Amino acid sequence: MKKYQAIIIGGGSAGLSAAVTLKKNGIEDILVIEKDEEPGGILEQCIHNGFGLQTFKEQLSGPAYAERYVRMAEEYDVNILLNTMVTKLTADRVIEYVNAEEGTVQVQADAVILAVGCYERPRGGINITGTRPAGIYTAGQAQRYLNIDGYMVGKRVMILGSGDIGLIMARRMTLEGAEVVGVAELMPYSNGLPRNIKQCLEDFNIPLYLSHTITEVFGTDRLEKVEMMEVDAKSNPIPGTEHYFNVDTLLLSVGLIPENHLADQAGIQMDPSTKGPVVDDRYMTSAEGIFACGNGLHVHDLVDYVSLQAEKSAEGAVSYLQNGMPQGDALRIQNGNQVSYCVPSKFYPQTPVEKLTVYFRVREPLKNATLIIRSGDKIIRTMKKRILIPSVMEEALLLKKDMSGLTEPITIEIAEEK
Amino acid sequence: MTKELVCVNCPLGCRLTVTVQHNQITAVSGNSCPRGKTYAESECIRPMRILTTTVRITNALHRVLPVITEQEIPLDLVMKAMEAVRNVKVAAPIQVGDIIVENLLGTGVNLVAARSMKQL
Repeated sequence: MKKYQAIIIGGGSAGLSAAVTLKKNGIEDILVIEKDEEPGGILEQCIHNGFGLQTFKEQLSGPAYAERYVRMAEEYDVNILLNTMVTKLTADRVIEYVNAEEGTVQVQADAVILAVGCYERPRGGINITGTRPAGIYTAGQAQRYLNIDGYMVGKRVMILGSGDIGLIMARRMTLEGAEVVGVAELMPYSNGLPRNIKQCLEDFNIPLYLSHTITEVFGTDRLEKVEMMEVDAKSNPIPGTEHYFNVDTLLLSVGLIPENHLADQAGIQMDPSTKGPVVDDRYMTSAEGIFACGNGLHVHDLVDYVSLQAEKSAEGAVSYLQNGMPQGDALRIQNGNQVSYCVPSKFYPQTPVEKLTVYFRVREPLKNATLIIRSGDKIIRTMKKRILIPSVMEEALLLKKDMSGLTEPITIEIAEEK
Repeated sequence: MTKELVCVNCPLGCRLTVTVQHNQITAVSGNSCPRGKTYAESECIRPMRILTTTVRITNALHRVLPVITEQEIPLDLVMKAMEAVRNVKVAAPIQVGDIIVENLLGTGVNLVAARSMKQL
């Protein structure tokens, strides 16, 4: 069985950033495994702009951002295996992959970095009643057809879910001549970034129906009509609020879920709040030597943070390859009041990292709140937050001195305005 | 009079407060970079947007090439620009930044390739 120092599963933004970081740190014997026919990942279909302001101090389109990393990977002579699917991962870092030239191959690595991305919640995940006609797509699937393959999926479009891809597709389909009749959102607030509400819906007068959902679809061969209803505070449809739209296409933008079947297979501990692996302050999962980053760890709203986190994850792998496991036992970083998840969610108080950025999201929109970082009764830091919304990932900073010698878990919580 | 805006320049989506007196912008707050101020000013006069779309490409890995305007163009010209770009065809090889349509609709802004595509 062929052995590598490190194998990265996934050649998208996270995987390429991790690969370049490994090379920069002198880890030469690495392999990136990518299932698509070219590296770059999901950004190749995200042709809109707004990427790279943090990383490159420039405003780039998705493909241009990806190309920067593909070029860096070329400069560092990163070995990328394309058209190759990983079919198995074990806790002792044996990877089985398959491709057309080699068939099924097993390889082993001293460190593995999972950079596998996420998938879209499908129709089956949200129980819309009705027939099974053509014309129902997840938003990202329609985006790939349009922006990579050059196919328009429909002419009159309804969108369910106001996640960013749904909003971006509302604008994209409108630009290409489709009529987007509206976006229905189950929650009383949008799950998309405020800028996308503005530039994708308001710019084109596309209505956003908050607290509404699609309850039934009609059509035999092709979608003909959808039924939309208002929902109550418990998300139950309110009888008498039925509203019908004659559309040939329904796009679903109802959530992204970290792709976790490889991690599951390896018996890695998962975090129910992110649906990705639990990682420590070095981005190591519960399996020794297996690290995770990118949207396969938790779903990001901004690729710049994916690249940055993947660097941290690769630095964790470098440290493991050179020094082994951190000393001492890990303590948890816990979700407190109004916090829906924290990543990373473990740290080593005996051997803390220099600086740890904990990424978190809030459960609901909050105004004039205070972020509190505490360990037991000890308050480590507080910070005023004017506006917190679930669609925007927030950061809590922990320094070495904050974590050093702690004996109780760290809790990230939000004190709401009285 | 004050106006609340959401800056669309980057995903931070800063919430801007614009103070307008006698049809003149007298103050912009809430922005975390200079782009926010420029955005607020143009948004009150003539909103400007980056346009991204695709054009047909031959001899390449994919059937379409993503393209982007080098700078913002007026929002009210966006649909017209789509019409102008609809029938544009290019052939690989293309380098990122190659000009696809020069001086789009006389705006002085070029439409350029958003990525490279090799010839097959």
